[in-house]
Amino acid sequence: VLNVDLQTDATLQVDISDALSERDKVKFTVHTKSTLPNFKQNEFSVVRQHEEFIWLHDSFVENEEYAGYIIPPAPPRPDFDASREKLQKLGEGEGSMTKEEFTKMKQELEAEYLAIFKKTVAMHEVFLCRVAAHPVLRKDLNFHVFLEYNQDLSVRGKNKREKMEDFFKNVVKSADGVLVAGVKDVDDFFEHEKTFLLEYHNRVKDASAKSDRMIRSHKSAADDINRIASTLYTLGTQDSTDVCKFFLKVSELFEKTRKIEARVAADEDLKLADLLKYYLRESQAAKDLLYRRGRALVDYENANKALDRARAKNKDVLQAETSQQVCCQKFEKISESAKQELIDFKTRRVAAFRKNLVELAELELKHAKGNLQLLQSCLGVLKGDT
Amino acid sequence: MKMATSSERSPPPFPEDLEPEPDEVGDQDSDDGEDIFLGADNPLEIKMDHSLPASDIASSTKPLSEASSAPVMDILSEPASEAFSAPMMNLLMEPASETSSAPMVDLLMEPASETSSAPMMNLFMEPASEASSGPMVDLLMDPASDDLKEPPKPDINPLADIINDAPLSEVKTPVAAMTQEPPSDLFDDEPSELFAEPRQSNTAKQQQTSIFDEPDEDLFSEPLGEALKKPQNDVFKEALAPVAKASNVCGPLSDNYNEDPTDIFTEEAITTLPSAVSTVSVNSKTNGVHSDEEEPDIFAEATVELSLDSPRNDRKKKEAAKPSASASAPSVSASASKPQPKTLEELDEEIEDKFELNISITNPEKVGDGMNAYMAYKVSTQTTLPMFRSKTFTVRRRFSDFLGLYEKLSDKHTLNGYIVPPPPEKSIMGMTKVKVGKEDNSSAEFVERRRAALERYLQRVVFHPSLLQDPDVREFLERDDMPRAHNTQALSGAGFLKMINRATDSLSKMTIKMNESDVWFEEKLQEVEAEDQQLRKLHIMVDSLVGHRKELSVNTGGFAKSVAMLGSSEDNTALSRALSQLAEVEDKMEQLHQEQAASDSFCFAELLADYIRLLGSVRASFDQRMKTWQRWQDAQNMLQKKRETEAKLLWANKPDKLQQAKDDITEWEAKVTQYERDFDRVSATVRKEVLRFEKEKARDFKKQIIKYLESLLQSQQQLIKYWEAFLPEAKAIA
Repeated sequence: VLNVDLQTDATLQVDISDALSERDKVKFTVHTKSTLPNFKQNEFSVVRQHEEFIWLHDSFVENEEYAGYIIPPAPPRPDFDASREKLQKLGEGEGSMTKEEFTKMKQELEAEYLAIFKKTVAMHEVFLCRVAAHPVLRKDLNFHVFLEYNQDLSVRGKNKREKMEDFFKNVVKSADGVLVAGVKDVDDFFEHEKTFLLEYHNRVKDASAKSDRMIRSHKSAADDINRIASTLYTLGTQDSTDVCKFFLKVSELFEKTRKIEARVAADEDLKLADLLKYYLRESQAAKDLLYRRGRALVDYENANKALDRARAKNKDVLQAETSQQVCCQKFEKISESAKQELIDFKTRRVAAFRKNLVELAELELKHAKGNLQLLQSCLGVLKGDT
Repeated sequence: MKMATSSERSPPPFPEDLEPEPDEVGDQDSDDGEDIFLGADNPLEIKMDHSLPASDIASSTKPLSEASSAPVMDILSEPASEAFSAPMMNLLMEPASETSSAPMVDLLMEPASETSSAPMMNLFMEPASEASSGPMVDLLMDPASDDLKEPPKPDINPLADIINDAPLSEVKTPVAAMTQEPPSDLFDDEPSELFAEPRQSNTAKQQQTSIFDEPDEDLFSEPLGEALKKPQNDVFKEALAPVAKASNVCGPLSDNYNEDPTDIFTEEAITTLPSAVSTVSVNSKTNGVHSDEEEPDIFAEATVELSLDSPRNDRKKKEAAKPSASASAPSVSASASKPQPKTLEELDEEIEDKFELNISITNPEKVGDGMNAYMAYKVSTQTTLPMFRSKTFTVRRRFSDFLGLYEKLSDKHTLNGYIVPPPPEKSIMGMTKVKVGKEDNSSAEFVERRRAALERYLQRVVFHPSLLQDPDVREFLERDDMPRAHNTQALSGAGFLKMINRATDSLSKMTIKMNESDVWFEEKLQEVEAEDQQLRKLHIMVDSLVGHRKELSVNTGGFAKSVAMLGSSEDNTALSRALSQLAEVEDKMEQLHQEQAASDSFCFAELLADYIRLLGSVRASFDQRMKTWQRWQDAQNMLQKKRETEAKLLWANKPDKLQQAKDDITEWEAKVTQYERDFDRVSATVRKEVLRFEKEKARDFKKQIIKYLESLLQSQQQLIKYWEAFLPEAKAIA
């Protein structure tokens, strides 16, 4: 499971102990262990759906108080559509394939489905853990309600109008983002972070897409080996000649190596692609923080200008002063926490990459050695036979 | 006498006029012949172009009677280009059409091509099985002498004499004079004399090797010795006796003679196969029939006198012959009951051991420009087989030459039920890329893939004991200036597949009609069809794997670059370093996947493609058997009709037409007998070929798949190396 290496303490521990897939819904059992006094019990579980996670996330984003923090990225929507589509196709094609082929295909799809399911659960869990580990967000009331209230939160999905609003908000935000980003920061630290994150985000986005492609073709290759194994098996069972026994042995080997090959792809997916995907969203969240700060800076500067103008004209000076003070406070507040947030982000990132890359290398080694051993023993048998 | 002198002059028939370089004569003279033919008669052009004129002459057995052979010799004695003038042409024209109906003649006449093939096998087997029961001597000797109207002695003697003395050509005189139907050996020798003069001794060698290098070697020498016990002293002293004998007995198998002797051979062919084969394995240990001390000497003598073989071969022969002297008859009959498959395996292993021919195709080179460009390949042969002029030689061939070779071989051998290995298909796509001159990966890969496929194709051809003996194969390997093959268009990818499919269609149609008497064939055909289906499926999957692995390679490369970029933008030094190390690992993985995709393709997919094509040829040989069966059935029906006609005529009391009807019946009776024999012969060949094919297939698959698995193993070893180097880098992140 993806590990983003969070600093957790015993006062609040959250995990997803179970998940249930019902048609197009996934129901996550969120399990909490806490010594915090505002919870009624020390240990409890509630059932939550993806929409409720989104609601929690959005409540953080909309909360002005949290403008100076990197809001943990929302988990991606569970997407079983591709898997389901394939399953349907399989059902349609059932008549045209042999029983073995059908079973094989079904196994493949089930494995794929299970992998997506696990990933979905992991992504949701990571979100909760990030919040639980955050010194400020862990105290959020909405979060506590989310963890403790054992009823449906009656969160509904956004309707069309709201979605359209969101869309325009995003357009404005990204246009504004460009504008804000163009403003030279007064603080070297933030100026550096800004350039870094802009570049980093684009590159991690690219790497994430490329890793997905790489892993997809790896999976396809593993599936091919699986089919080759079953055809070799059919060939091998045609009669009992020497060469047929040979085919059976090779089939047996491929059956094993394809499993390993599929595991390699799955582990690369988990340790590499998911890591990159997570940091794609985290870096976006960090960028959002910088945007908010940049926006506050621009607002502050504008307020300064407005105050200057007001003083020059000697008109509405008090109002301008108040406004300037509010902007100044906001900017300073954001800057204050943002610096620490960005330093933490880097610490977390380095630790997460270390952990995942070490695990990746260890798994690659384990699988390659497994493959090697299979090949060696099989070749030993085959060469002994001929 | 006139003929004798004329043929003595014949050794260099053209050189002075047409070919000033004596070294080249062997290669050139058939060209010269061809030119002459072209001048004389245009309609023959293509035929002459494709197959050695020699074999055409050879096939002219029938009409080449005493009378007409005289002028030929005359003409030959004149070294002018007019040598082949009208009379010769006529001679050639007639048989050309005639022999096409009986292709057997073609094959038997050419000494190198067929001496060792099925008919010969039958011949050998026959005596082998009979040897134990006794009356074999009579069986073999009687028909031969009856048909030749002369005891074999005089036939053999002069021939052997001549070969020992020098000019092989002299044989013609006595032989042609002696037998009304000229025995085949005359024509065996004649072609090579006319067109490959300097290879004269080669002709002898070819025969020699074809006998000795075959698995039938012991088998042959053993019953033969027994069969010829009486004349042995005179005949066998002449070292060449076996050769002469071989070509003589071939004679009866040709159209003219196939009344009695063939009857014996073919009828026994199938049933004696197991026992005959099993004798081979026994022979090496205890060869039953011989007690003559002369036997080893004879062979030794033969090799020494003709300097046919390397000393090694010589020793081999001695070894083979020695134990045979101490053997006793009962062991043979005992061994005859040995199970067949095992001995067949042993037989094949023998072939393998004796195989002394290495062929490689290298240096693919683009010749010409634009759409007329083509690839030429260097075909190198390394051999100790004495049938070739030298031990190593190379020629340049283009793809269509390979197709041309296949067409020639297929035309000659498919009819007899042989499995002729098919060449790789034409690829317009691939070749266009090469022609356009795109120097990219895929066109280089295409060229390499084709080079390897052509190499495997040619190796399969020369690995086939019968095909190796074909003069066209030798010509292909040796001759410097091959005439361009025409009409290979028919074999372009789609056309070839269509051909196979058509064969398959007609086959399945016939299967319905054919009431299979032999379950073996029915089961084998079903096996072949099921296997074909599975191999096609497997091929598609392996192709898909190749595609995905290539995709994986490209995508890994893309990821490597992306990670390198990510590393360069990462502001933690250790993490940045680790990421660029990861990029390096992924870079190497790209290469690894690329190589693995090449292995998938070259070791695995190509093997499957080869065998899908080969299974097409296997089906074609089953098809051929079916056709021979059909012909036999048709003839039977016709005979039935003729008999009914006779009965009607008798009833209607029309004696005037009765004789004609009786003649018809006789004619069709003969045809039925012959077609049945043909069917039995083709059946035996198909069975033998299929067993050989399966053996080779098993060997090929094992070898190639093991090679493939080894490539996978190497990949994994590399992978371990790469990740082991990366692990400390990952741990160093802080």
